[in-house]
Amino acid sequence: MYLKSIAELSQALHAGEISSRELTGIFLSRIKQHNPELNSFITVTEEQALTSSQEADRRLKSGEAGVLTGIPIVHKDIFCTDGILTTCASKMLHNFIAPYDASCVSKFKQAGTVMLGKTNMDEFAMGSSNETSFYGPVKNPWDSAKVSGGSSGGSAAAVTACLVPGATGTDTGGSIRQPAALCGCTGLKPTYGRVSRYGMIAFASSLDQGGPITRTAQDAALMLGVMAGFDEKDSTSMETPVPDYTASLNDSIAGVKIGLPKEFFGDGLDNGVARVIDEAIKEYQNLGATVVDISLPNSSLSVPAYYVVAPAECSSNLARYDGVRFGYRCDNPADLMDLYKRTRGEGFGAEVKRRIMIGTYVLSAGYYDAYYLKAQQIRRLISNDFTNAFNEVDVIMGPTTPSTAFALGAKVDDPITMYLSDIYTIAVNLAGLPAISVPAGFVNKLPVGLQIIGNYFEEARLLNVAHRYQQVTDWHQRIPAQYE
Amino acid sequence: MSDTDLQLECGNLMDWEVVIGLEIHAQLATKSKIFSAASTAYGAEPNTQACAIDLGLPGVLPVLNMAAVKMATKFGLATGARVASRSIFARKNYFYPDLPKGYQISQYELPIVVGGQVEIEIDSEKESGVSKTIGITRAHLEEDAGKSLHEDFHGLTGIDLNRAGTPLLEIVSEPDMRSAREAIAYMKKIHSLVRYLEICDGNMQEGSFRCDANVSVRPKGRDEFGTRTELKNLNSFRFVERAIDYEVERQIDILEGGGTVIQETRLYDADNNETRSMRSKEDAYDYRYFPDPDLLPLELDDAYIESVHQTLPELPDEKKQRFIYEFGLTPYEASVLTASRELAEFFEATEKASDGETKQAANWVMGDLLGALNKAGLEITQSPVSAQMLGGMIRRIADDTISGKIAKQVFEAMWAGEGDADTVIETKGLKQVSDSGAIEKIIDDIIDANPQQVEQYKAGKDKVFGFFVGQVMKATQGKANPAQVNDLLKKKL
Repeated sequence: MYLKSIAELSQALHAGEISSRELTGIFLSRIKQHNPELNSFITVTEEQALTSSQEADRRLKSGEAGVLTGIPIVHKDIFCTDGILTTCASKMLHNFIAPYDASCVSKFKQAGTVMLGKTNMDEFAMGSSNETSFYGPVKNPWDSAKVSGGSSGGSAAAVTACLVPGATGTDTGGSIRQPAALCGCTGLKPTYGRVSRYGMIAFASSLDQGGPITRTAQDAALMLGVMAGFDEKDSTSMETPVPDYTASLNDSIAGVKIGLPKEFFGDGLDNGVARVIDEAIKEYQNLGATVVDISLPNSSLSVPAYYVVAPAECSSNLARYDGVRFGYRCDNPADLMDLYKRTRGEGFGAEVKRRIMIGTYVLSAGYYDAYYLKAQQIRRLISNDFTNAFNEVDVIMGPTTPSTAFALGAKVDDPITMYLSDIYTIAVNLAGLPAISVPAGFVNKLPVGLQIIGNYFEEARLLNVAHRYQQVTDWHQRIPAQYE
Repeated sequence: MSDTDLQLECGNLMDWEVVIGLEIHAQLATKSKIFSAASTAYGAEPNTQACAIDLGLPGVLPVLNMAAVKMATKFGLATGARVASRSIFARKNYFYPDLPKGYQISQYELPIVVGGQVEIEIDSEKESGVSKTIGITRAHLEEDAGKSLHEDFHGLTGIDLNRAGTPLLEIVSEPDMRSAREAIAYMKKIHSLVRYLEICDGNMQEGSFRCDANVSVRPKGRDEFGTRTELKNLNSFRFVERAIDYEVERQIDILEGGGTVIQETRLYDADNNETRSMRSKEDAYDYRYFPDPDLLPLELDDAYIESVHQTLPELPDEKKQRFIYEFGLTPYEASVLTASRELAEFFEATEKASDGETKQAANWVMGDLLGALNKAGLEITQSPVSAQMLGGMIRRIADDTISGKIAKQVFEAMWAGEGDADTVIETKGLKQVSDSGAIEKIIDDIIDANPQQVEQYKAGKDKVFGFFVGQVMKATQGKANPAQVNDLLKKKL
């Protein structure tokens, strides 16, 4: 049962083949069995899960159930959950019980899903390997010596290892797509403004976007249907109507024009990964899609621009963690300055502090124009690159990451190399576009992700293009042997 | 008045010119906060009016309260300013315990209101008030911080976040004022304006209307400004005046002693009437402003601005002009009576109730009523004598039921709560005697009793006439109609 997709489980629940209570029990015991090895959870909410599964069963029986009613899911520990520990994987919030639900969380509650717990992540979503977590790194389900990717590593690993059929994640520079690629599952980063950010703990507000991590594109469509939509509590969420993302999944993709940016296939791309992506593109050609070479000339500026904008916003967003009202507070502060210095010095990890310092620097008087303003201008150039490309093509494809999962500890002391693992994903966030990563093959028994980028609010097309590929391939159904 | 002030006033000290600019913070009278739905009511138990957003909890987001935008727009339109079609909210970053998010959401490069002006009048006790235009550089929307409570916590500090997120309009003037009196006149003008517009309650004790002053001096005739200091904690008109006077004197003393003024922020200490250094320019915060990514640019189209324009009330200057032309008041009277919307409304209601006795209504409101209110320390809205009552009394003067002199007694009785004018006149028997027969009889008696004075009058001593009037009024306890008494006496004598 745990190998089934959300769509299949939904059918089983509605057909009465299994109850939500039973399903919840199955996944909870898998979490108990496998999480000690994977470390993909920070909190498991067994008791609440059993209660809500019973409520879901009542709804299923009385005919009030929706597609996702009774389906177990998990939330990245960046989403506030009422009455439940919400840590953002930081010592700073190790004791923070959120007093409210994120909009995303309440939407899933209303849909009748059953939350099993909160997943591990990089601290405040800052990291690409899950190694910055206060709760220790998540292991890659394919090789426990390898990273899961990050920052939504816990969600990606849990879905891949079938500890849960679906999870939420957030993506600021690749934090859904990169771990989905490294773990071998499907991860969708929606258009900026598509999913409410209310209650999603902010890292870089102009880039952060929540989305689903699932095994299949079809499941991603089901979850996005719940998450998406305007929220009056988030001024940056958009009023664009939410389509039925499952309706167009099976549309033919014959004639779809795929753009391959030459900048995504150049130096730095692992040969094995390149071969896998080439194979995937051939599969698309077999499905009737046409391929054209394109250029995104400003892509090389995306990592530097990102590492100005994201730290700048983070330095301000994380100012509220001061030990005054909630979260970690240092022992016996001598005075106010001591309280601030030690609380923040002791409560934040090294990567978070590094980014706060970079951000504080680039916003400082005399540097603002040279860094922050310049980075925003580059952002505009990068958006223009995509706009031009989408005048010619329907979707853009390339590798999600330059290599497969790297060894735990390999890049911890080299932040620049670490930052480059997001080189193909970051431009999408800077432009605010939607993109999906789907499993496309393996190199040395480690998964490779194919990234598909779409135009604004064209999630339905992305899901259609991804789904058709998954109809003719089985990479997304491969499960690591020890989790089968 | 300090020596410096005296010298400046008298023009003896020709060497120095004072330059003042004010930053006024007006708390906007919205029901809920600028970025959350929590109440803005004053005086609640600490931290009972602070929701998750005001507390800056992880994950919360601000949503702009359009009522605050409307109020800022009103202010812009009322001062002839440009209401920006696009303005930006920015984050002003600094750490302070009563600033929950570690930044204040404000407007920086693109404020909502740009470039307005108001007219102030100086020396308006004399009819020839000199008016002067004071420029308003900008007015922007921002959120207030909470309060740090340093008393009652035995060496610790208490934080009350009820005020956090309360909408403020920061109104920044040009450095156009040249004396503390001009600064006060400007501040009073803005105070009156925001209350006319009903966008701020103007309550200075509760901090709804606060002011910082930028003060510098320069040798008369020089174009460049001197080094300025910023004075904080000026929470009454009197403190603004005193703090500026003190600061001007301090700066002149420094300059005349060969020193230089340091650019710094100074706190006014009302107890000792002095300003003290808070922090110098070197210690000034770097606020690291940047556009708030949680809020979209605020875009206001012409239709919106026009719709707000339709809701503007009659403004003080318009009202003053109307009082001059419609009621024939002097500019001074019109100024006094339009100083606040409530007073102007009281006057108009009184005038109406008096059946158009405009001059009397103006005199009574400005004279006896304002005098009594002042003495009792009451606002016009708290007057025990209503406009209806005062107008009704004036009507009784006009129809000769009572004389102006008797009216003072009636007014006092009304003030004391003894009822309206007719009730007081009735119960106290103050009705003027206009029965010519009765008055003639009294006059005859008085003429008979005072033959000597009659002789004097007939011999040409006109002054004696006053004696007879006095006698008649005495005999009638002041209730005789004075005009009638005059006529009859002349006839009889």
